[in-house]
Amino acid sequence: MQPLRLTCVTNGPDETMDLGRRLGRLLAAGDVVALVGDLGAGKTCLTRGIAQGLEVPASSCVRSPSFTILNIHTGKHDLYHLDLYRIRTSAELEDLGYREFFYGEGVTVIEWADKIKDLLPADHFRVSLEIRDESTRTITVEGKGSVAGRQRIALRSVLARFGGC
Amino acid sequence: MLILGIESSCDDCAAALVKDGEAILSHAIHSQFDIHKPYGGVVPELASRNHLEKIIPVIEAAMNDARADWTDVDGIAATYGPGLVGSLLVGLSAAKALAFALDVPFLGVNHLEAHLTAIFLEDPTVSFPFLGLLVSGGHTSLYRVEAFGAYTLLGQTRDDAAGEAFDKVAKLLGLGYPGGIAVERLSVRGDPRAFPFPRAMASSKTLDFSFSGLKTAVRYFVQQHEPAFIEARLADVVASFQEAAVDTLVIKVSQAVRSTGVQRIVVSGGVASNKRLRARLEDLARTDGLDVRFPSPQLCTDNAAMVAAVGCRRFRLGESSPFSLNAEPNLLL
Repeated sequence: MQPLRLTCVTNGPDETMDLGRRLGRLLAAGDVVALVGDLGAGKTCLTRGIAQGLEVPASSCVRSPSFTILNIHTGKHDLYHLDLYRIRTSAELEDLGYREFFYGEGVTVIEWADKIKDLLPADHFRVSLEIRDESTRTITVEGKGSVAGRQRIALRSVLARFGGC
Repeated sequence: MLILGIESSCDDCAAALVKDGEAILSHAIHSQFDIHKPYGGVVPELASRNHLEKIIPVIEAAMNDARADWTDVDGIAATYGPGLVGSLLVGLSAAKALAFALDVPFLGVNHLEAHLTAIFLEDPTVSFPFLGLLVSGGHTSLYRVEAFGAYTLLGQTRDDAAGEAFDKVAKLLGLGYPGGIAVERLSVRGDPRAFPFPRAMASSKTLDFSFSGLKTAVRYFVQQHEPAFIEARLADVVASFQEAAVDTLVIKVSQAVRSTGVQRIVVSGGVASNKRLRARLEDLARTDGLDVRFPSPQLCTDNAAMVAAVGCRRFRLGESSPFSLNAEPNLLL
């Protein structure tokens, strides 16, 4: 399988959310999306878009789960929104019953996913957000494992909207 | 009516005995602050493992401090959400086991309701309706409280909680943990008007809050200036951040007063201890003729007395929870 790695640039939180919404539409039950990026890069913002793409009702407001670690939203597919900001190592996630979510029925989006690299399932999307300047972000979408073969054309056309290649 | 309250939703493991819903007979708390300090935040796995070790000693301490006997206890109340599921389960399971063994009623308490009504433990003269501003590390919400049990959510944060912004900005600036206290201490020496950080949602008609942009603005500010400048002006940067965060809260409280006509405000949650927030809301109360009240700091932070107090009120109404009640990490109010 050829690796899948696409990069684009978003200009402002609205565009980051729009990208998330378009990515969210392409996700299926059981998918895991690992988000990587600094404080303020737009991880929660992108997740809010993904929630829209999963048809999570707007009334179920997607906010930072840094304190609660996990927020669950009900939509076309359930969204498990994990935030590992306060977690140090993967061992510390064991207690939270993470397997249920990684291998469950919904879509799992994990902020600060690099903290638990060894726990991530082999098949997942990795989205990294890099701060270029105050408004623009370089966003890279990678397909790891078997998901690299899925939605290649659709993903390419989504990222092309944001100047992606 | 003597009620044992148990609270273990996040960092703190606490038990309290409250008589007749108003007299705190004992208040035992085991803060996990020292355990979490090296990691710059709450580490959930440590939290639940530590709760497991501390829960029984903390309950025993509460019983001993009150010189109470188990036969004196009329009911047991414990927080069942929202919070970290591992931590919640420890307190909830202990409460169920004790209630079953003692054959007394058991009640699961919503942590948010407990915060909003904690003031009554110290100040039974507060009358309804009032606006309840709940500000902590995990929550920033504004409620209209019509009566015990009657809460209408008017607005809440759309992204980060206010306390979370304090913690993240403190981490960004290397101020240590807990961030709220570090920011407050350093701000005293700084000029709150030195740098203009954004007041999000200030012109929005909704009563929602937003703190994510403020956090990011501080981040850009640090990136755009020389480290030597940031170091030299650190107190000013921190004071300006705190002022922006406090302003964001004060602006929405003020808007809520105008839109609801309710002139009584009760502030609760960990951030309610922030002296700058207290001072600014007291100023607002003076200029606009409002009645603003804060619980003492020990009742602002997570504590078990507020849980016992809710238990007492609901037990009196004949309410109780089944032993099948589960922890609800995302429980709403």
